[in-house]
Amino acid sequence: MTSVARQQYKVVGTSPIRHDGTDKVTGRANYGADIHHTGSLYGKVLRSPHAHARISGIDFTKALQHPGVKAIVTSVDLPPMEDKVMELGEEVINYRFLRAKILADKKVLYKGHPVAAVAAESSDIAEEALSLIDVTYEVLSPVLTAPEAMKEDASLLHDDLFTDEIGYKSDKPSNIAEHSQFMVGDVKTAFSQADVVIEREFTTATIHQGYIEPQNATAIWEPDGRLVIWCSTQGQFGVRSQVAELLQMSVSQVKVIPSEIGGGFGGKNPIYLEPLAALLSRKTGKAVKMVMKRDEVLEATGPAPGCYMRCKVGATNSGKIVAVEAYLAYEAGAFPGTPVGAGMRCMLSPYEIDNVLIDGYDVVNNKPKTAAYRAPGAPHAAFAVETVINELAEKLGIDPFEFRLRNAAKEGTRKVDGTSHPLIGYEETVQAAYDHPHYKASLGGPNRGRGVATGYWPNGGGPSSCTLSVNSDGSVSLIEGSPDIGGSRASISMQAAEVLGLPAESFNPSVGDTDSIGFTGNTGGSRVTYATGFAAYQAANDIKDQLINRAAVIWGIDKDQVTYNDGIIESKDDPGLRMSFKELAEQLNETGGPVSASASVSPMGAGAAYAVHIVDVEVDPETGKIDVLRYTAFQDVGKAVHPAYVEGQIQGGVAQGIGWTLNEEYFYDSDGRMKNVSLLDYRMPIAMDLPMIDVVLVEVANPGHPYGVRGVGEVPIVPPLPAIADAVYNATGVRFYDLPINPSRVVNALQCLKGDKK
Amino acid sequence: MSRKTSVQTKINGDTVEFLCEPRQTLLEVLREVIHLTGTKEGCGDGNCGACSIMLDGVLVDSCLVLAVEVEGKEIQTIEGVASPDGLHPIQQAFLENAALQCGICTPGFIVASKALLEKEPNPSEHRVREWLAGNLCRCTGYDKIVRAVLDAAGVMQGKSG
Repeated sequence: MTSVARQQYKVVGTSPIRHDGTDKVTGRANYGADIHHTGSLYGKVLRSPHAHARISGIDFTKALQHPGVKAIVTSVDLPPMEDKVMELGEEVINYRFLRAKILADKKVLYKGHPVAAVAAESSDIAEEALSLIDVTYEVLSPVLTAPEAMKEDASLLHDDLFTDEIGYKSDKPSNIAEHSQFMVGDVKTAFSQADVVIEREFTTATIHQGYIEPQNATAIWEPDGRLVIWCSTQGQFGVRSQVAELLQMSVSQVKVIPSEIGGGFGGKNPIYLEPLAALLSRKTGKAVKMVMKRDEVLEATGPAPGCYMRCKVGATNSGKIVAVEAYLAYEAGAFPGTPVGAGMRCMLSPYEIDNVLIDGYDVVNNKPKTAAYRAPGAPHAAFAVETVINELAEKLGIDPFEFRLRNAAKEGTRKVDGTSHPLIGYEETVQAAYDHPHYKASLGGPNRGRGVATGYWPNGGGPSSCTLSVNSDGSVSLIEGSPDIGGSRASISMQAAEVLGLPAESFNPSVGDTDSIGFTGNTGGSRVTYATGFAAYQAANDIKDQLINRAAVIWGIDKDQVTYNDGIIESKDDPGLRMSFKELAEQLNETGGPVSASASVSPMGAGAAYAVHIVDVEVDPETGKIDVLRYTAFQDVGKAVHPAYVEGQIQGGVAQGIGWTLNEEYFYDSDGRMKNVSLLDYRMPIAMDLPMIDVVLVEVANPGHPYGVRGVGEVPIVPPLPAIADAVYNATGVRFYDLPINPSRVVNALQCLKGDKK
Repeated sequence: MSRKTSVQTKINGDTVEFLCEPRQTLLEVLREVIHLTGTKEGCGDGNCGACSIMLDGVLVDSCLVLAVEVEGKEIQTIEGVASPDGLHPIQQAFLENAALQCGICTPGFIVASKALLEKEPNPSEHRVREWLAGNLCRCTGYDKIVRAVLDAAGVMQGKSG
């Protein structure tokens, strides 16, 4: 790892061992499925075998009589729900649809859609009972892709879904939930003045976040009406809001205790099992534990959308982009809500372009409801526009990085949504890649190619809370509201440690449940290190002020005479008056009481992240197999609080991007049944598939954060799709516009190429 | 539900006796009966390696072993890797190399890596990747895991040499 660093700090910018590390390398950390309650029942879900069908009857009499079965719930057990829309982190939730996702009502809309849930003395008995539930289906034809679902005569998923047509409601039911548009300048005139125009069509497949820990939930409905839920989630407060609303309870009646979380990448924002476990617990008076199997995870939790896109870019011979037109149709799955809006907003954010027309469509189809996946919506659109830009640069004979620098967005550039970029580091990041030895290195063999691409993600801010308590031994207990999905106990503690001049190891961080910490938005949007870190920074400054005051009281001097630097409290005038943080901490209880501080914040100055990737591949012309030989990821991270984990985020994002581009895909048969429902057949990258992934951290400090932090987790999944496709083109001479670029596609394309040459 | 069978085995050096149904996997018994939850379930069909354990010195996915099969055998799980003196060098190397993010796959990787280094103390990067091909990690891109295993190999050789 190398870095282009600006500001130096004492703790921020170092890589201490994470506080929860020992628990996680010894197997002691408790994940959701590790929660055990004596006398607990086990819940299982009956799921639809059809992708699209009407339910004409459910008979569970036999199942209920099965020995060991304690309760069964169906959609009638959920309170009725009108249209009610709530924004939750990166997702907008309509509770009417959420209810229908948790338990199907009149229709099932994808294979795996929950129809009933059973609680029994063991998970085995619960599973036996599922086979005794008799559901009568009237099978309907499924629609599986966005273009298919958008046809006039397409089979409709919802009779009552009317297109939100750029602000107006249409009066005819449709599978198109929303059509939105960004328009800047005059594309028609601009295209007519362009020297070169390239337009291409693209598709990407439905793919999954692929977290290794399946969804789980344990619920106890207490006799006093309070509901307690243990689950692995990206947001305990998000679960609380959703469950409370769905079960028509007040949020204070629901307590959510987040366990350790075994990966999420956006997929553990939505709820699935929590309301089912709660209803089953209410019926039985016992704890009910539910854990998904892997096929349920793949078939019934939110994947990332597949899509159909068109993208047209025009440029002058001097390499200036004059106009872009794009059409993005994303699959929402069974219920409305794709991240197409994010795709529309992100795709051109690396550039300064005067004439833009982007149309986005949110389209329902008979697949599981999609969920956020790392920079949700952005990689798809970047695959389209970055590919066309690489093609344009080649056609104009301009280096692809040079081409991007000629069109680069900078501070003040207007984005397609009308807002302007604050201080951003796109040019610095492109330049770092342009100047890097990897870009000039020899490819070292035949059938090899190098590709490049860039990406943008805005990052999030919003509500976060943190509490600090000073202990008498000079340590500090820290409670954060953000579930720690990849090292936030460390990165949040380090920001408080920097303020207080203490080592990171002086902190004992933990993640609070909904009753023990202030409201905190979900761990998503690359917001935690920024926003929860901001809360820790404020709470630490509060602690610092309290300690200055206390020292002044102890010494009998004015507080203005007391300074606090690097964990040392001293008098400005009297060198004899000097205490370390630890010495003062020992005396707190006797000199006025303990010192603690909480901060709840909602910072809105999240700095955007840019990523620039260079990748070398080798394509085997016989088998079509593609090996990634070398990968270097450049990213503006603002300020890396814990560089080793920042690097880890980038490497992980790249690896997921490689899987998305080369292997991963939901295979459906014509009846809408996914055929590759195991981790053998849904092929995510293994250690053998990947090289070491080199990372270059560029640090253009975010003015909206005291240490300059920018979110880092999401943007690294944006450039891999177009960068790898570009490398494959340079290795083979064939541009691929459909993902994944799997061996059969490569072999077919190479055979066509040979045929053409003959 | 069938009658339960009594099974006697050795887990992390201790004699353990448990009752299980013939259909129960070793993974289910470890987690649900004996409450050794350090061994994780990611897929239940031998594709992710999160449930890696040692059975009579052989690295296996415990989700593919029936619990009744372990009568008289010796099992080592992640809970037996650290000693009262502290962490195993592989565990330490995972911490120092930032080789875990969410941590759910970590126990499986550590058990699998230990099996490798005990057999082949000085593996190449390629060999480490090949050996760990049965363990899925979705967070790290494997880079830091591979480095941690190579580092641990160096430390362990230093100690024994």
